[in-house]
Amino acid sequence: MPKQTPSQTVGPYFRIGLYSDNEVYPRLFTGELATPEVSGERIRIEGTVYDGAGDPIPDCMLEVWQADSEGRYRTREGSWNDGFTGFGRVGTDEVGQYAIDTIMPGRVPGPNGGLQAPHITMLVYMRGMLLHAFTRIYFEDHAAANAEDPILALVPEDRRATLLAQRRPGKGPVALYRFDLQMQGDDETVFFDV
Amino acid sequence: MNVAQRKQTPRDWASNPPYIYPDYRSTALRGPRKPLIVIPETLSELSGPVFGHERLGPLDWDLTRNSAVAGGEAQGERIIVTGRVMDEDGRPVRNHLIEVWQANAAGRYRHKVDQHDAPLDPNFNGGGRVMTDDEGRYRYVSIKPGPYPWRNHHNAWRPSHIHLSIFGPTIASRLVTQMYFPGDPLFPFDPIFNSVPAEARERLISRFSLDITKPEWAIGFEFDIVLRGPKQTPMETA
Repeated sequence: MPKQTPSQTVGPYFRIGLYSDNEVYPRLFTGELATPEVSGERIRIEGTVYDGAGDPIPDCMLEVWQADSEGRYRTREGSWNDGFTGFGRVGTDEVGQYAIDTIMPGRVPGPNGGLQAPHITMLVYMRGMLLHAFTRIYFEDHAAANAEDPILALVPEDRRATLLAQRRPGKGPVALYRFDLQMQGDDETVFFDV
Repeated sequence: MNVAQRKQTPRDWASNPPYIYPDYRSTALRGPRKPLIVIPETLSELSGPVFGHERLGPLDWDLTRNSAVAGGEAQGERIIVTGRVMDEDGRPVRNHLIEVWQANAAGRYRHKVDQHDAPLDPNFNGGGRVMTDDEGRYRYVSIKPGPYPWRNHHNAWRPSHIHLSIFGPTIASRLVTQMYFPGDPLFPFDPIFNSVPAEARERLISRFSLDITKPEWAIGFEFDIVLRGPKQTPMETA
């Protein structure tokens, strides 16, 4: 039986192939997931990625995967024509910051018949990581749904806050959230073995 | 959770490098150090994005020409790289996206961070992408990347490699890796290559193939990729 191909780091030069800055090789994916045709509550998630010394990481790549506002993962090509795929990709800037413009995901089924709280799956890649890590973004102001989420329930209570995007005062109709990632330390973001 | 109930195979930790690997110095402050939290797979992990061929450019598969100036072509040893993407049961991973990026023939990346004193090639950007076909096969054309120095330790050089990003049937099967070339003398000295457990390392090395090699034109290499996949039949556990 064939065995899994091992992972290797995305390295410092991932932008060439995955997040190009030049016009000869346009990006396939960005941090803007929802065009105006897509229905749902507009949200913006901003954050900074920090290393174990507390320094921002300027060469991190983040990918996100989420359901639409009705809680559907868009896994079949051509089933929808509003351009929303639920997948996005960003690179952090010189000061380790990223931003994702999307819609609030709906609730999707959990492992035992109930519903999960709204969440976005996030994959973390960077030079110095030989294997990407999985985490989840939840939303602190969805407290009732979070309280019954079967995945959050598996996380020790004193670490759950690392998975909660915090609501911030925003401008205009877009709900603004803050979600920082700490790769190490007392407040290390929870990463999952999925 | 009962392993027998999983709908897809787990990450094979015996095939993968650790998060902290001291010989690769930048893992020390960047790899997670707390234990991962094991979660049951839900629709969030068992689903994944689907992309169409129509999003790719007509020359995305040919790195020797996709960023060349009019009439130009990248410098270097022309290569054809092909292979199959499959799951652990050998079933093809059909119609999924592969993205590749690499240094030029002189070992230089077209990137502001790369300060290696080697020439840039005006006809080579270094990015490409292809879709797998109905049998899980892919094929792209490029030039063989050169080895290049980095500052991990004294006289550190990376073996020639091509970076790959592969989407599988689910977001959990996502893979980013590097493909190497057979017989590279730098293998024993490269901590990134050696971070992989010894028995799994050769899975990162492509094979030379005379069948794929095209007379009077390009050298051929074969590189198969195995992803986590859906389980065919649930296994019984005691």
